[in-house]
Amino acid sequence: MSNGNNENGATASVGQGGSLFTHKMVRLENGLSLECGESIAPLEIAYCTYGNLSSARDNAIFICHALTGDQYVAEQNPLTGKPGWWARMVGPGKPIDTDRFFVICSNVLGGCLGTTGPTSVCAETGTAWDCDFPQITMKDIVAAQVKLIDHLEIGRLFAVIGGSMGGMQALTWIAHHSERVFAAMPIATSPYHSAQNIAFNEVSRQAIFADPEWHKGRYRDYGAIPARGLGVARMMAHITYLSEEALNRKFGRRVRQSGLSSDAFLFGEMFEVESYLRHQGSTFVRRFDANSYLTITRAMDYFDLSADHDGDLSVPFQKCPTRICVVSFSSDWLFPTTQSRTLVRALSRAGANVSFVEIESDRGHDAFLLDEPDFDRTVRGFLDGAAEHAGLRRGQG
Amino acid sequence: MRVDQQLIAEMITPGSRVLDVGSGDGTLIDYLYRTRKCDARGIELDMQSVTQSVAHGLPVVHGDADHDLAHYPDDTFDFVVLQRTLQAVERPQEVLRQMLRIGRHAIVSFPNFGYWRLRLQLLTTGRMPMTPVWSTPWHQTPNIHPCTIRDFVALCEEENYTIRQWLAIDEDGAKAPWRRSVRWANLFGEQALFLLSRQ
Repeated sequence: MSNGNNENGATASVGQGGSLFTHKMVRLENGLSLECGESIAPLEIAYCTYGNLSSARDNAIFICHALTGDQYVAEQNPLTGKPGWWARMVGPGKPIDTDRFFVICSNVLGGCLGTTGPTSVCAETGTAWDCDFPQITMKDIVAAQVKLIDHLEIGRLFAVIGGSMGGMQALTWIAHHSERVFAAMPIATSPYHSAQNIAFNEVSRQAIFADPEWHKGRYRDYGAIPARGLGVARMMAHITYLSEEALNRKFGRRVRQSGLSSDAFLFGEMFEVESYLRHQGSTFVRRFDANSYLTITRAMDYFDLSADHDGDLSVPFQKCPTRICVVSFSSDWLFPTTQSRTLVRALSRAGANVSFVEIESDRGHDAFLLDEPDFDRTVRGFLDGAAEHAGLRRGQG
Repeated sequence: MRVDQQLIAEMITPGSRVLDVGSGDGTLIDYLYRTRKCDARGIELDMQSVTQSVAHGLPVVHGDADHDLAHYPDDTFDFVVLQRTLQAVERPQEVLRQMLRIGRHAIVSFPNFGYWRLRLQLLTTGRMPMTPVWSTPWHQTPNIHPCTIRDFVALCEEENYTIRQWLAIDEDGAKAPWRRSVRWANLFGEQALFLLSRQ
């Protein structure tokens, strides 16, 4: 490998049934300088790829995952045993067609599934970063992705696509590296993290801090995890991903009965929605690290593309050559359509080539991960149109 | 493509930057991109049409003439097109001003309320006219600002716009032969098409 970088690094994780597995990753010895002034070296980036890179190296699509997502976008997640989180969107013949495009997805900086983050070992101290992991920003997260495509020797990505926090990364790509992105799809996202969303994140964080197993962030030294706190954080966040209608349809006021009166069954009863949320919370703590959760939610809170431009959101997009398609969902109250519209107007002010669709759905923020035929058509059509403008051949790859 | 869209396309210089306000299913912008190598974009109010357009790879944003033109910088486009929509916007005068601020030229088509059948119906029945073009009853119509060809010409004079080209169009969308006289066109043209620029 060039630059003394090392492919096929072996970050071991423990999967279902206690089996060890390794993530495909690259180790970049030079590391990364962060916005906060600190640097991380070496930098390890765990990633997955699908399809084939064309000989012209012009058919690569980078998919940015959301807060608790990972690089296993279209294949079974070795940790959870579940199918890839966007397997319905990415694959041969799917809207993001791996017969045609070379798809890359990497675990974000600060994550906990192979890329350098709080659970990684700090080279200086020889121990895990844990709560001493530097404060990163969305710009740092994308800077790590830029390092990855440099390593893969891809000059310009055909497209960057991401939903929710993945959309923030897609926007960061076009605000800071637009010459390296031909087309972008920021989905169910916002150009800044709203006060409401910061508030939700803060409640999540306080739940973690309040857990007796938190140990001021050193829980791993005590062989503990703040499972209750992290579980509650996930339960609350999960509500924000849905909608009132979706919750009503899925659970209504249905109750489960139990002969025993226990913690789990208040007065011997439990609403199905409670049981569902507890399940969400308990499965989450098995796959996600609390310090990672804190690091990444904070990076989201800091996200505001207009912050360096006196609040003028059009400035970062001036002379942006990227074809952009903004997508929102009508029932998404975490990243509502009004925020997408603000973004679209700023892009128009900057003269950018922008499309904007609001998909009618009653399933809330999570709709971007679910079966929404209009959304699928939008993704496929936008990519087809952009590929034609980029001069990509049909059936390439 | 409709005949009036064909006439609009003929007014547009190949290779120019075009914004189609009320782009519908995107037929015109698709045609301008494919046959005239234009950088053609659309704004459309109906979300289904927007989704359909974007799913065909066309750059269309959801928005409307009254509220979204203000967000484009001056001279972003060579041509800004408003097809059969002027009579339905909240503030037609302001929309025209915005069109000629963000674009060097404006192409505007609208149904002519001075058309003889409408005049005759109003005269003989005393009720609001109903024709294939004006097909909704007065209390349901989105066409809140109907005007005649002469009204439009007067507005252009008031606003100091140069009328570069104008056509009256008959029922089938074909060019009607009243090029010389606004008065005759106002009587026999069912629709009108204007190419304007700033003075």
